[in-house]
Amino acid sequence: MALSGRVGILTGLRYRGKQGMLNWILHRITGLGIVFLVGTHVVAAFFLQHIGDNVSARITAIYESRPTQLVVYFCVLFHALNGARVAVMDLFPRLIRYERELTWLQWGIFIPAYGLPAFFLLQAALIGQA
Amino acid sequence: MQRSRPIRSAGSFEYSLWMFTRLSGLALLLFAAVSMAAAFMLGGRTELDLPTFVRWMFFPNPNHVVNSKIPDVSVGWSNAFWQVYSTIMIFLAAGHGLNGVRMVLEDYVSRPLLVTVLRAAILLFWLGAFVVAVYVILAS
Repeated sequence: MALSGRVGILTGLRYRGKQGMLNWILHRITGLGIVFLVGTHVVAAFFLQHIGDNVSARITAIYESRPTQLVVYFCVLFHALNGARVAVMDLFPRLIRYERELTWLQWGIFIPAYGLPAFFLLQAALIGQA
Repeated sequence: MQRSRPIRSAGSFEYSLWMFTRLSGLALLLFAAVSMAAAFMLGGRTELDLPTFVRWMFFPNPNHVVNSKIPDVSVGWSNAFWQVYSTIMIFLAAGHGLNGVRMVLEDYVSRPLLVTVLRAAILLFWLGAFVVAVYVILAS
């Protein structure tokens, strides 16, 4: 694709890689997101527990808030399901023929598994339950 | 003009890391499922709320569930099994994550010296994170 490295985002997204390319991009973004979140959580929790400063208390409040939970759950669930699909296809190359079907299966699991908790989180946020 | 990443032959170190990423990813899914099931079997349904469940799922350590209603962690929740379990989990997760960061960086960095420096930094960071994690696990 962007071998020259000088391709804009819109041109890049018009590359006809279909599901595979979009999954690859999302896998990368969600993976980096998880590393960032876990790193922040470890550092902030360490300082909160041992020093108890305001900055780490504020960071903790941000990553424990509902919008962050929605993002984090998206990252973890997508990365887990997409990674499982890729790993299974790499370990059993005969399954690469069924990549389309496996991708549909992946989203078939993702949508209810993400949608239900997200619905209850949003409902709790809007109605004001715990 | 950048070149695409060269294909490594089977048996090379790069190939082992490629395989490690696949296997550790699948293993982490299994580990998360097992520690969640174990939390239910230890009676977590009445003693843990959902966030605490998720904390136990990804890092089964008594210090990680201090905000729960567990009456006595020395029964089931705190023992050598969970110490070994979470050490293996941290080893796999940190290796998987930081090797992934290295793969992403090496797609955008092509100067050999910078690549070497970044690799060394990531290796140091991984070792440091692992030592801190083992300290936390053994201290609780």
